[in-house]
Amino acid sequence: MIEIRELSKTFSSASGTVEALRDINLQINDGEIFGIIGLSGAGKSTLVRCINLLERPTSGQVIIDGKEMTSLSRRELLEMRRSISMIFQGFNLLEQRSVLRNVCFPLEISGVKGPAAKSRAVELLKIVGLEDKANAYPAQLSGGQKQRVAIARALATKPRYLLCDEATSALDPNTTRSILELLRTINQTLGVTIIVITHEMKVIDQICDRVAVIDHSRIAEEGRVSDVFTNPQSDIAKQLILPQDRAALDTTGGKKLRIIFNGQYSQEPIISKLVLECQAPVNIIFADTRQFDGAIYGHMIIELPSDERQADKVIAWLRNSPVTWKEEA
Amino acid sequence: MFSEMFYKLWNNGLIQLGVWETIYMTLLSSLIAYLIGLPLGVVLCVTDTNGIRPTPWLNRVLGFVVNFFRSIPFIILMVAMLPVAKFIIGTSLGNGAVIVMLVIAAAPYVARMVESSVKEVSFGVIEAAQSMGCTNMQIISRVLLPEAKPSLIHGAVISMVTILGYSAMAATIGGTGLGQIAIIYGHQRNNDDITWICVLLTVVIVQIIQIVGTYIARKTDKRIK
Repeated sequence: MIEIRELSKTFSSASGTVEALRDINLQINDGEIFGIIGLSGAGKSTLVRCINLLERPTSGQVIIDGKEMTSLSRRELLEMRRSISMIFQGFNLLEQRSVLRNVCFPLEISGVKGPAAKSRAVELLKIVGLEDKANAYPAQLSGGQKQRVAIARALATKPRYLLCDEATSALDPNTTRSILELLRTINQTLGVTIIVITHEMKVIDQICDRVAVIDHSRIAEEGRVSDVFTNPQSDIAKQLILPQDRAALDTTGGKKLRIIFNGQYSQEPIISKLVLECQAPVNIIFADTRQFDGAIYGHMIIELPSDERQADKVIAWLRNSPVTWKEEA
Repeated sequence: MFSEMFYKLWNNGLIQLGVWETIYMTLLSSLIAYLIGLPLGVVLCVTDTNGIRPTPWLNRVLGFVVNFFRSIPFIILMVAMLPVAKFIIGTSLGNGAVIVMLVIAAAPYVARMVESSVKEVSFGVIEAAQSMGCTNMQIISRVLLPEAKPSLIHGAVISMVTILGYSAMAATIGGTGLGQIAIIYGHQRNNDDITWICVLLTVVIVQIIQIVGTYIARKTDKRIK
């Protein structure tokens, strides 16, 4: 388990001080995929580097498996880092080493001898589906393949945690999807706890169990992905999750309602029922829904008929239904 | 076709000896200069504010020493360092003393070359190594130097050519080699053909160093597809 308590990080330079992180409290449970999302500059990369102490927090604690990271000796810290692997946006492979020797690298560092390291590396390349590229060099690989090598390398020392710093941000949508699938498989089959840093909603959407939204150096919101997605509370979460419906709300016309799907009534054709039972046409002007574990989550904005009697009928119908909704200004 | 002096030198094997002396002084001086300059360059890089172990005072002291020696023109440095050569090898005469001068002049130059090569290694790769629990020594030996290898070899070629140029100047303090032949037999005795032959031979040596070095650098660089 990773516990972050009242963590702050301030960078000071000649041009002044910058508070990169303020009063961060988080708990990341074993076996989960935890997402940290925010706009660039929000402090998320600094936060992930405070976990393995690539950045030393200015104040606060990082407790991993009961050990307070900031109080470890240098030697203990280096030892600890072997159980917390990291992958990066830029892959960061050793360009002068073959794929196989890249995967061997962390094993060499921890003293695993040649043949043992090599057979482990081959095994890992199989997991990421690149056993045929063992003798290739990074320059000969595509971005997705490079990230797979980086993942194999990160798994070499059998880590308990995997930190992913914008690991898919340099990849195209299809490659992103396949890398995320690989991460999920690793999480499920090897039981590695994964922490994903990203600015992309779809990454959180696809693999995370819980998410923290970070904004201006603070945690703005935290919770289960399905909850945060369906009912974002903070402004930044709304901005990240519901970015496209601003334009829909700006259109002139009748009263607009937001219908929230939170997984409870995905089997029912709600809108059709509403229209048929009220005998009133509604205009769907925006919809964004996602599927989690077979249930539907998301938002839909409908515009009511300009005829007030019909509009009242729709509202009355909604009041008597189990549907979650609210009026939009 | 050539002057009488040329045939005399050639038949006595003096020109051939000059070529050999130039090559051996260049190679030996380069080797010793790298023994000093390589670690010095790595330390300069590592102790930089953006290095893996920032140590501003050490970086500033070493940086000053390197700049001090680099700012002295070689011809002046040679004369000034005569007592140093005498202290180190017991004499201020001959090729031994010249090699000491060449090393004093080249080591700081090599250090800067190495520093700039090592600085080319991307910060991301270093950070990845740190995230795996590498010690700083492991980062130097297994990341910085191997990743910078092609660039280090290119730097070595440039350094060797520079050292070869310096070795010719060493004729002024009694060094031998092509520089001495050009000055004594070519310039002072007015045999232009000897001067030009020395020039030509130097060009050939430089070309060989350049071609071989570039070939090795290319061959070792795995970034080229």
